[in-house]
Amino acid sequence: MIQLPCPWCGPRNVTEFRYAGERTPRPDPGTATPRQWRAYLYLRRNPCGVVEENWYHTAGCRRFFTLHRDTASNAVKETR
Amino acid sequence: MPEKGGGKPRRYSAIGLLRHGLTDVDWPRAWRSHPLKDRYDVVVVGGGVHGLATAYYLAKNHGVRDVAVLDKGYLGGGGSGRNTAILRSNYLTPEGVRFYDRSLTLYRTLAADLNFNVMFSRRGHLTLAHNDGSLRTMRWRAEVNKLQRVDSAVIGPREIAKLVPYLDVSRDVRYPILGALYHPPGGIIRHDAVVWGYARGADALGVHLHQDTEVTGIDVASGKVTGVRTSRGRIATPVVVNATAGWSTLISDMAGVSMPVSTFPLQAAVTEPVRPFLDTVVVSGTLHVYVSQTDRGELVFGASVDPFTSYSTRGSLDFAEGLAGHVLELMPALSKMRLLRQWAGLCDMTPDFSPIMGPTPVGGFYVDVGWGTYGFKAGPVSGETMAECVANGRTPELISAFGLDRFADGRLVGEKGAAAVGH
Repeated sequence: MIQLPCPWCGPRNVTEFRYAGERTPRPDPGTATPRQWRAYLYLRRNPCGVVEENWYHTAGCRRFFTLHRDTASNAVKETR
Repeated sequence: MPEKGGGKPRRYSAIGLLRHGLTDVDWPRAWRSHPLKDRYDVVVVGGGVHGLATAYYLAKNHGVRDVAVLDKGYLGGGGSGRNTAILRSNYLTPEGVRFYDRSLTLYRTLAADLNFNVMFSRRGHLTLAHNDGSLRTMRWRAEVNKLQRVDSAVIGPREIAKLVPYLDVSRDVRYPILGALYHPPGGIIRHDAVVWGYARGADALGVHLHQDTEVTGIDVASGKVTGVRTSRGRIATPVVVNATAGWSTLISDMAGVSMPVSTFPLQAAVTEPVRPFLDTVVVSGTLHVYVSQTDRGELVFGASVDPFTSYSTRGSLDFAEGLAGHVLELMPALSKMRLLRQWAGLCDMTPDFSPIMGPTPVGGFYVDVGWGTYGFKAGPVSGETMAECVANGRTPELISAFGLDRFADGRLVGEKGAAAVGH
């Protein structure tokens, strides 16, 4: 099992967290076309390498945070 | 290297089996290896059941024989060799049911069509309901299935206990079994044999199979595919079919096509072999587990996908622990069984749990991807329809709902209720 460094609680087992998906830039809902909005909803970079993603610490501080993880090795690079 | 005497593999037969048994002569290789040409009419990326079936039906149904299948590893080393080999067609949407049922129809006669024993065992498929919500979905699925003439019905605990005597159907457990969706035509098959059968069949029709050939780039000029760069050199081609699982985003990226795909590992495990006692496939969506017994007697367990994306196929102990707990909840008698091994495969999940098939905005670049956790059972029909799509340049009716443009247009085909765990 891998551990994730929660910025508030420190390193914890990944089972304490809920994966909240890859970070995708959100277009302005007021001006975005349906096509742009659906691209935001559905299209993902899904790289085999470092990805910026959101996590939620369900069994801890119950806060969202962002981290950079290498999807090939699951090694965590950076948290914010 | 080509075999002696014409090169095409000989037909397998009972007499041939007897002769080889008596003479102890080595069996000829099932398919040949060829030098990589610098030009093909069609290049299929991915040497699994989807890619090989596409090549086979291109040659067989449409006479397109100048086809190369490229795989960066060995044939059937990805999802085709890592799934739990369960076949069924009791899906939730009419589009899904029609599509998967065509696959089951092809699977039924596949051994005769390919002259290869694929060991299809039609043993019935049970999806258990542990709460009112899932029972409601089962009834919904049963009605959709019946309308499409698929044998499927909701049955109660008494009938379940008759079909699977080892199942704990008592009411005083954490997840009591309230009913099940019973699908008699479902079953299991030998997944490696399906891959080898298609490979041998495609090879006999003149398709070139290239293993250890990694695609490193796709050349696109003025919106059309012109070639494929590989670890063994460049191939000029007007048509590329992306039939990869796990790597579909990376291959599509090479052609400049964005994908609504996220890659998750899915873990499975197998026990030591025991005497036959389980002659149905048992699935529990609530407990995230499915169980079947192979012809060798091993119990094959599968689960849902891991909780976060990854390209790593490393197994985890917490998976094995969770799986064991869930299996014992269903069948307490298995507590002394020992796990032999566990593994993971990569699943390309789409937002609506339906595949992505057909043309893309890049001319000549076709996709047969997004196969999530339901790709193996769709192998034959995917090959058949993708071959038709490539050969005729028109998307067949059967897969018209699964196009890449559905995400931009908001016409999703929601199959989560039937595809999320039940295999």
